[in-house]
Amino acid sequence: MSTTTKSKSVLWDWLTTVDHKKIGVMYLIAGTLFFVKAGVMALFMRIQLMYPEMNFLSGQTFNEFITMHGTIMLFLAATPLLFAFMNFIVPLQIGARDVAFPFVNALGFWIFFFGGFLLSLSWFFGGGPDAGWTAYVPLSSRDYAGLGLDFYVLGLQVSGIGTLVSAINFLVTIVNMRAPGMTMMRLPLFVWTTFISSTLILFAFTPLAAGLALLMLDRLFEAQYFITDMGGNVVLWQHIFWIFGHPEVYILVLPAFGIISEVIPAFSRKRLFGYTAMVFATMLIAFLGFMVWAHHMFTVGMGPIANSIFAIATMTIAVPTGIKVFNWLFTMWGGKITFNTAMLFASSFVPTFVLGGVTGVMLAMAPVDHLYHDTYFVVAHFHYIIVGGIVLALFAGVFYWYPKMFGHKLNEGLGKLFFWVFFIGFHLTFFVQHLLGLMGMPRRVYTFLGDQGLDTFNFISTIGTFFMSAAIIILVINVIYSAFKGERVGADPWDARTLEWATAHPLPEYNFAQTPQVRSLDPLFYEKIHGDGKMKPAEPLQDIHMPNGSILPFIMSVGLFISGFGFIMFNMENPILPPIVVAVGGLAITFICMIVRSVKEDHGYHIPVEEIKAKEVN
Amino acid sequence: MANAVDHSKGLPSHPEKATLEAKNKFLGFWFFLGGETVLFATFFGTFLGLRSGVADGPTSQDVFALPLAFIMTMLLLTSSLTSVLAMFAMKKNNFRGLMIWMWITVLLGLGFLGLEIYEFYEYVHHYGLGFTTSAFASSFYTLVGLHGAHVVFGLSWIITLLIRYRNSGITLTNAPKFYVASLYWHFIDVVWVFIFTVVYLLGVVGG
Repeated sequence: MSTTTKSKSVLWDWLTTVDHKKIGVMYLIAGTLFFVKAGVMALFMRIQLMYPEMNFLSGQTFNEFITMHGTIMLFLAATPLLFAFMNFIVPLQIGARDVAFPFVNALGFWIFFFGGFLLSLSWFFGGGPDAGWTAYVPLSSRDYAGLGLDFYVLGLQVSGIGTLVSAINFLVTIVNMRAPGMTMMRLPLFVWTTFISSTLILFAFTPLAAGLALLMLDRLFEAQYFITDMGGNVVLWQHIFWIFGHPEVYILVLPAFGIISEVIPAFSRKRLFGYTAMVFATMLIAFLGFMVWAHHMFTVGMGPIANSIFAIATMTIAVPTGIKVFNWLFTMWGGKITFNTAMLFASSFVPTFVLGGVTGVMLAMAPVDHLYHDTYFVVAHFHYIIVGGIVLALFAGVFYWYPKMFGHKLNEGLGKLFFWVFFIGFHLTFFVQHLLGLMGMPRRVYTFLGDQGLDTFNFISTIGTFFMSAAIIILVINVIYSAFKGERVGADPWDARTLEWATAHPLPEYNFAQTPQVRSLDPLFYEKIHGDGKMKPAEPLQDIHMPNGSILPFIMSVGLFISGFGFIMFNMENPILPPIVVAVGGLAITFICMIVRSVKEDHGYHIPVEEIKAKEVN
Repeated sequence: MANAVDHSKGLPSHPEKATLEAKNKFLGFWFFLGGETVLFATFFGTFLGLRSGVADGPTSQDVFALPLAFIMTMLLLTSSLTSVLAMFAMKKNNFRGLMIWMWITVLLGLGFLGLEIYEFYEYVHHYGLGFTTSAFASSFYTLVGLHGAHVVFGLSWIITLLIRYRNSGITLTNAPKFYVASLYWHFIDVVWVFIFTVVYLLGVVGG
């Protein structure tokens, strides 16, 4: 134990950091990069579909883009962007110094990052995966799909481990690290949704890991799980995939609900309506989310009984979701609403998401699903959930928490312009896709014939994507502009309600000099009304114990990356090295790091009281 | 903060969860085991779905022998008992007892592993049940093999701890480590009980 002095380079500092706030920022940056990458692919696909029989992309490239767009958006963009907020905000909202396992937190980020990197490398080795993001066998089996799919399997496998360890970390943090007085029923809704979403990750990402392992063994080591001639079964893959895949939707959308439940009360100047109902609705949605996976398989031939059960279970989800929607509306009802950019996104989220929910109930009707199945109606439905739900909430979160993360606001004028361009573009793109679907346009097909009534709506849909792309450019301009000219603000710029706004400014690495005493739901607001406007401390001012940074998470992740690449080499024509050497060597790096970590005792360091006092002056 | 505790005053009655760090480790590990359970459940489901998909290869009734599986089960169940005794020793601050019972656990685990390797070798070389023979074979080897991999990992973990802390006595730093490792060992044992039932007993009965 020592009070280390910081004299290291900036790069080294970020590579070795275990600070939840820095890791949150890294998730934000990495997630944004992947978001832009997958967005550009979507733009290209829409250009291909702008006119009938276009030759902008080949069928093969279109397949690769459609696979990578879905895979990246769900695993490498939406998840890490939500993780960015979870990492940054959750410890602050519960009054903790850090997450439960700072080292594991850094590990989770780096594993996710290198898994994504591995997936992206596929472009340099004979093209991306091309079997759709669901990788249905036999389309993804060794007979039909090339090397790209090995990158899909191992890239996701590696990045999935990162997601899993982060989820365990959030769960333990929320149970064990809450400030005194912060009971479970006083947790901000964003913390609740993080908690429940992490539970879902724990129980949904493990089947995915198992499924990916099966597919890998099938493809690389000639196992027979999905080879029907050898006694295998292809529907097995669909079950395993959707047992993961359906909860995945809730893994993403519940934290989005959490963000909305923070932003709407803050800018309506009212407490959240029906807090308890919101908490239990979240739990119910999570539970039902696990029970409905087979509604993705109505047309596979499970029989009417199974179809009916899964149809009814699916429709039931509308009940707790409806509770949430009405609670948001009642929160706004009679409130003193400020329509800034964050609130515009949050309030527009509500009707947009409801639209997606309604088409969800339509799709849940098993007999009618035979008509909707594999048409653009499905595409429109899930984009209303994922873009109209998750992405709008993410933008609300960006504008709401930006001052806490970076010390200045984003420009409001540019922000509102961004909102309107994006919002109009989104509906332009996806609303007409419902109609295209009802007309019978199939999804996943790279072109269509002219004069079948599909031309106009496809053209409109593509124009919508141009709007959304322009909106993202406006956001980037806003970020750069605000970095120089943005309004510098204090610790609590929105006059908000929850604990993260009660920290010192600028935010010190230990978050709270003294752990706060929580006396109510919306603790900061309670102190503003009933106290002196500041949180009461729950402990005397004393030296703060902090964990040391470490390069091991980075090296461990590189080890897994090398190992994953080694496994892919089994399917390469002329690998430079024997694949087994690379695969085992990479794993050895990771295991050696694990041994070093567990054998070397690292007790961290202390920040002395004088240093804390100096930082807390303002 | 393990180092902040004065060891001369003796250990608390639950050294494995006396500090916040240990409590975090403890809870985090239970969550991890929850995930592991789902992982194994998926492989169990795969096995149950594919166990009649033998193609032209041998069936479970052709290859499984209950006596061997029974001896393996006994070895593993006993090793779970000895790791419990090790934890009792730890709670009584009996470091020697902890070390001895843990080493016995390791030996029993190694015995199990040896029999499993023998079993797989026999299946491949005597009965022609290779990993790629049929969907049944593939799913059998992944389920039981994954369990075997867990045994290997658990043994390496416990041996590392035993060597690292051979002279240190029980401290608030290593008590949670031993405790969590023994939890992991129990988990492996519980999974094996399911494998014995679902794979071997059901496999011998057939149908």
